[in-house]
Amino acid sequence: MTPTPLGKDLLGLEELSADQIRLVLDTAEAFKEVSERPIKKVPALRGKTIVNLFFEASTRTRISFEFAEKRLSADTVNVATQGSSVAKGETLVDTARNLEAMRIDMVVIRHPASGAAKFLGERIRSNVINAGDGKHEHPTQGLLDLLTLRDRFGRIEGLKVAICGDVLHSRVARSNIWGLTKLGAEVAVCGPASLLPTGLDRLGVRVIRRIDEALQWADAVNILRLQLERMEGGFVPSLREYNRIFGVTRERLARAGREVVVMHPGPMNRGVEIDSDVADGPASVILPQVTNGVAVRMAVLYLLAGGSPDWATHPAEDR
Amino acid sequence: MTALLISGGRVIDPTRGTDGPADVLVDEGRIVAVGHNIPLGPGVARLDASGRVVAPGLVDLHVHFREPGQEHLETIASGATAAAAGGFTAVCAMPNTDPVVDNQAAVGFVVRQAIRAGKARVYPIGCISLGQKGQQLAEFGEMVAAGAVAVSDDTRPVVSSQLMRTALEYAQTFGIPVTDHCEDPSLAQGGVMHEGLVATRLGLKGIPAAAEEVVVARNIVLARLTGGHLHVCHVSTAGAVELIRRAKDLGVRVTAEATPHHLALTDLACEGYQTSAKVRPPLRSAEDRAAIVAGLVDGTIDCIATDHSPQHYDAKEREFDEAAAGVVGLETALPVALAELVKPGHLSLLGLIDRMSTAPARLYGLSGGSLAVGAPADIVIFDPNAAWRPQASDLHSKSANSPFLGREFVGRVDQTLVGGRVVFDRSVKNIDG
Repeated sequence: MTPTPLGKDLLGLEELSADQIRLVLDTAEAFKEVSERPIKKVPALRGKTIVNLFFEASTRTRISFEFAEKRLSADTVNVATQGSSVAKGETLVDTARNLEAMRIDMVVIRHPASGAAKFLGERIRSNVINAGDGKHEHPTQGLLDLLTLRDRFGRIEGLKVAICGDVLHSRVARSNIWGLTKLGAEVAVCGPASLLPTGLDRLGVRVIRRIDEALQWADAVNILRLQLERMEGGFVPSLREYNRIFGVTRERLARAGREVVVMHPGPMNRGVEIDSDVADGPASVILPQVTNGVAVRMAVLYLLAGGSPDWATHPAEDR
Repeated sequence: MTALLISGGRVIDPTRGTDGPADVLVDEGRIVAVGHNIPLGPGVARLDASGRVVAPGLVDLHVHFREPGQEHLETIASGATAAAAGGFTAVCAMPNTDPVVDNQAAVGFVVRQAIRAGKARVYPIGCISLGQKGQQLAEFGEMVAAGAVAVSDDTRPVVSSQLMRTALEYAQTFGIPVTDHCEDPSLAQGGVMHEGLVATRLGLKGIPAAAEEVVVARNIVLARLTGGHLHVCHVSTAGAVELIRRAKDLGVRVTAEATPHHLALTDLACEGYQTSAKVRPPLRSAEDRAAIVAGLVDGTIDCIATDHSPQHYDAKEREFDEAAAGVVGLETALPVALAELVKPGHLSLLGLIDRMSTAPARLYGLSGGSLAVGAPADIVIFDPNAAWRPQASDLHSKSANSPFLGREFVGRVDQTLVGGRVVFDRSVKNIDG
């Protein structure tokens, strides 16, 4: 297998250099146009077989990958774990070996265990794309967040971005922290201390205790989903109190005194971490994030399949 | 049994504080003379130990041999063979087998299997509570009569403070220590590695150092209340070392052990989701590791114990969250300790043999730990300069879940004698009992 500009697998943004991240964003920029065509298809991955292996429920990410694959003309198979051999107790290593035996080219994996994508990538020759592994990383989400910020601000360097909410359990937060810091943004996290992991200061991340301070400080906020299990786990007492103390509301945004761009990786809990009029308001880029998701995933698939980085500079002709 | 003259070695005996060239004469299973130029009498075999160290056999207070119940991972015989190959002449087997060792019959089974194996001495540790359920005391008295040397619910922390208090009181009748895997289950719940930056980056749930420290603190308070002998298993945090240090200063009867892997490795070994570095308690920070070394040097931590925990490779070839915890340690303990403690100058060789032989034997009142005339001839002979890279195929254990495979070490065991009998000899393929 010839080395690609991204290496064999996309496991996380921690492993990527700033140049590699910029390459994906530039390539994605060029791919955006494909989704605007009447016939949304280019032959870049014709003849490639891709397995979407989802060990966790996912709607947005799975569909986004599937559109990206189909718009690049790849042949795709979706495997959900329910009713599959995994439900019958097959181990991940056996699943990997069986996929490999079918001579596939790429695997997109979503898995509840941190490190599962790396585990798979070390055991098969096919390219592996991490579509979210446990609490570790969700690199394509991080990349689409970067692309969305770059669209809005024209740059990443020097931006102040606050990641708000359940950072402890969030793979989106980790990918955002790596991507943003590598491209020169300033990053803060804000949330109850019971939902912030230890050691973030040593990654150059600022910790802000109150949401109002975070909104004062930030150019953009990325608001994380608060999962209901966190109440049962005793991390926060109630959704109601969470919304009162940490929810991003129109009043709080107005108090910032200037526009703060609002992002959310979805799915949203309206009225918990984000109020509806913020999600649907003028500062929200939540739907552009989703649109960019397809372009970013096309770029990642294309580059890992050995596609020329020149796509970014010569997007016109189909390859 | 023929008499044996171990000649020309560097003889180390912590009980007398001696370290120098000498001959050791063994007969009838005991040491009968130690001195210079002991003549080779008629019918006496000679074992040339020149260039090598002759020391009391190593003693390990904490191993898991998986018999009964998981004989595919380790049996008492394979474990005792691995022990002998690592220079250990006596080991204490934890009771968390299947079924658990919580009664005199089960203790007797371990004793018999060990005698049948005829390698290292294997001393059973009995459960604190029936079924390791943390509720009703097991029959300490009958287990001790059958051969148990301590009680522990290891791998299952004693949650009930009342049970721990009672155990520390009741054990005094029999003069045995109560040993606890100190961990607060609610703080450790779901955790798979040390809570710190590495866990944050890897997205793995951490076990805070506090999970160990709150239980060490509680147990110390209870040991002080009861006057019982508390032995703290596998100390892993700087805070726990400090708590034990202060307790000893106050005269509390607390002793402690640390593992070779906690001496040698930190949470960085988990990078890349390396399941070979998944252990309980977890590998901790560089500061914690330094505190363990300092604790062993000043005697706060009395001894090294391996927590030898055989696991199948299938159980390690998993997602980190799902992988089994534990490492095998018997056959790498001495070279790891030499590399981490003696080479950097933290301990003399004499000091190390104390922490790996004399001190642990004394804590649990076991045979060994001494080369005095009249002592059982439990002896290790090792080459302190032999360089080697342990491979899975070198190990006598049935399992090879070690983070040290492939690393270069200096110091390798050549012969091990138990009761004057050679139970391991590197130059001989197989030694049958």
